[in-house]
Amino acid sequence: MSALLEISDLDVRFDLPDGEVHAVKNAGLIINPGECLGVVGESGSGKSQLFLAAFGLLAANGRASGSVKYRGEEILGTSPQRLNMLRGSAVTMIFQDPLTSLTPHMKVGAQITEALRLHRNVPHTEAEKQARAMLDYVRIPESARRLNQYPHELSGGMRQRVMIAMATITGPDLIIADEPTTALDVTVQAQILEILRNLKDEKHTAIAMVSHDMGVIAGIADRVQVMRHGEIVESGGADEIFYAPRHAYTRMLLDAIPKADESPSPVTDIGAPLLTVDDLKVSFPIKNGLFAPAQTLRAVDGISFTLHQGETLGVVGESGCGKSTLARAVLQLLPKTGGRVVWLGRDLDAQTQSDIRRLREDFQIVFQDPLASLDPRMPIGVSIAEPLKALEPQLRRETVRQRVRAMMQRVGLEPGWINRYPHELSGGQNQRVGLARAMIVGPKMLVCDEAVSALDVSIQAQIVALIRNLQAETGLALIFISHDLSVVRRLSHRVMVLYLGRVVELAPSAALYADPRHPYTRALLSAIPTPDPRIERAKTRLLLTGDLPSPLDPRAQLTFLKSRLGEPGYRPKLEQVAPQHFVAEHD
Amino acid sequence: MMVYALRRILGAIPTLFVIVTLAFFMMRAAPGGPFDSERRLPPEVERNVKAAYDLDKPLVQQYGIYLGKLAHGDLGPSYKNKDFTVTQLIATGLPVSMRLGLCAMTLALLLGTFLGVMAALRQNRWQDYSVMGVAMLGITIPTFVTAPLLTLVFGIYGVTLFGHEFSLPVGGWNGGALANMVLPVTVLALPQIAVVSRLMRGSMVEVLRANYIRTARAKGLPVTRIVVRHALRAAVLPLVSYLGPALAAILTGSLIVEQIFGLPGIGRYFIQGALNRDYTLVMGVVICYAALVILLNLLADIVYGILDPKVRLA
Repeated sequence: MSALLEISDLDVRFDLPDGEVHAVKNAGLIINPGECLGVVGESGSGKSQLFLAAFGLLAANGRASGSVKYRGEEILGTSPQRLNMLRGSAVTMIFQDPLTSLTPHMKVGAQITEALRLHRNVPHTEAEKQARAMLDYVRIPESARRLNQYPHELSGGMRQRVMIAMATITGPDLIIADEPTTALDVTVQAQILEILRNLKDEKHTAIAMVSHDMGVIAGIADRVQVMRHGEIVESGGADEIFYAPRHAYTRMLLDAIPKADESPSPVTDIGAPLLTVDDLKVSFPIKNGLFAPAQTLRAVDGISFTLHQGETLGVVGESGCGKSTLARAVLQLLPKTGGRVVWLGRDLDAQTQSDIRRLREDFQIVFQDPLASLDPRMPIGVSIAEPLKALEPQLRRETVRQRVRAMMQRVGLEPGWINRYPHELSGGQNQRVGLARAMIVGPKMLVCDEAVSALDVSIQAQIVALIRNLQAETGLALIFISHDLSVVRRLSHRVMVLYLGRVVELAPSAALYADPRHPYTRALLSAIPTPDPRIERAKTRLLLTGDLPSPLDPRAQLTFLKSRLGEPGYRPKLEQVAPQHFVAEHD
Repeated sequence: MMVYALRRILGAIPTLFVIVTLAFFMMRAAPGGPFDSERRLPPEVERNVKAAYDLDKPLVQQYGIYLGKLAHGDLGPSYKNKDFTVTQLIATGLPVSMRLGLCAMTLALLLGTFLGVMAALRQNRWQDYSVMGVAMLGITIPTFVTAPLLTLVFGIYGVTLFGHEFSLPVGGWNGGALANMVLPVTVLALPQIAVVSRLMRGSMVEVLRANYIRTARAKGLPVTRIVVRHALRAAVLPLVSYLGPALAAILTGSLIVEQIFGLPGIGRYFIQGALNRDYTLVMGVVICYAALVILLNLLADIVYGILDPKVRLA
């Protein structure tokens, strides 16, 4: 069998103002018809540029050399006309971030049919018919209506399905999927991967799966190549790579993935509760044009929990479940609509603004995007010192400086970097700055809001280890918010699963992962891809179909309690099923 | 959308009222009056003239009288252009200015967009540098330089093209004949072409870097289709915001171009009216200009909403 795509000695270089960057070095790969090649690597490994270069899609300052053969024909450096005949017809692409990858001012239907009409010369009505069939294939309901919508009117998962429909409609031999599920919720990711697997099995389309996630690769790839710093460091069959990795970097990638047997450090002394949250509610008015009455979006709809000293409470849920709103309302960064927040026996409602400001010494937060959360015009030393200066203004300058340096050392930053700016540091280093800034005032509680979500797995493991060490040393209480259940498991003593602003399950970590009771928790757990090809192949998936219901829909809360649909406004109650294990009512 | 437009227009009435009030009192605060000239009028004549125009009454009362007339669409008589009302002056001058301005802007839009897109597609190559260099010249050279220069070349010397000698009229309106419009429109359009092409290049370069352009390229679409279908609509958005006020300025005429080419537009009334303390004339052109700015900005917002489906006008 001759290869579909054969890349050899491919070099990609970019000319930048401060010199040349060698993004891909001497890379080679083969993709056979109908097979899936997984290409894994962390950010900056050159995995995306490799394929963009192969099909002439590099940015203007990029240059490629080497050889790229499609069915034996050399296509690197061929004419744009020839490339245009291949692209979108025989070879198609699915990109990360479907919102920015779809043209915002064109209707979805026009974008899907465009390649078909251009390459296959299909008349308008026929193209539309095929587009509808394609939307059905990628399981988008109401396909006729969807064709007339704009990308921003669809959900993230639906947009990515549109991308897949667009890439599949011309019946290509090869689909290059570049991080197609990154930034999607796990349950949506599972649906998208299922569609890609079907394409491979039913239509025998070859797939090049580019991802940073070993779990995603394990579920679909026949062969795997591992990339690092522009070089392919290891390649082989999926089983070889996962069960007998030879290169140290591959082993490191696999080790960095959270494992089932990891457990958080034990709680040292459970004292009185630090924080008690009782029936907390936060809602936002949503305006619908001039005359329609404003609707109420209940982002947090009655959540209660307590947090003890030295304890980590994991909060998981998909986008829109209210986890960040919960964090902000607890920290008094957002006004709440109802309920109580009690900190060390003091009701925060009764405190004045300046009291709360002083209390901030006790509770701090670390945000998701480390670079965007730091002032780009402030040296990191100044950022770290700022809370200290604000909350302990009596400190002398020299003392502040010493404490900043000590804190930087503590979080693994070179104290000599005190005058560097955020853009001079990597994502992981910036998140260390974020941690140092939060920890410098010696808080009793730290909220990590998706604090490691934007980081590469190896960096993620380091930051999680750092947080764990800080907790062991200081007896810090943590609220660890993430959409990623496996990261939450590494740190949390108890885990709370949120669904549309309400708790569906709250249990000790071990119990939740071993014996999930609520159907939503089960679906979430089943959707996590495991970095183990054999388990992934054998897995029967509990797929949630379709999208998350709109939180504005009053019946959305009863998705898992259909028997009560007759009583709008009914909220499922939490029931205790085992010691400390609470589950919301469900059918 | 109709509701939106109506609401915006109703919302403009208080804005206009504030502008009228400010203009009225600022104009009166300026020293001198419409009937002060080198030779002072005899006191009793001056008193009679002032009484005839209600200028002898207290300021607040004058303001009340002006508003009352304005409500009936009466802008009053011009103090300096005897025998003409302000409405008549504007009604004869505005169409001339608007016609010139519209032609110039249309030309600038077509040419500027084309040049800007060209430059963006050939970014950092000679095509880009030459378009941007010429555009910079177009912005820096004022119209009172280009106008006489063009007059000299095309009007006085004449240009020989294809064996024909071309010579264009260098002044006069001649009922809006095409030949009479060529030079003034060119002079008005040149700086606009420059601005439009620079704006267009900037936003096009930005849009061409967007992820969805990469998607379009990955679909195998030819460059022209990518530009026309996928890039242009987004790239034109910054231009729309610029066009609102720019169009209002160019439609109300230019003193320099009207003086040099001897055109009967309203651009000169802004300066003449202010210098002569011709209160009613100044008020008239200010109201006219303000209404145009408000209207065109509303139009720009509506066009914006049509071009960008994410914007919902409400």
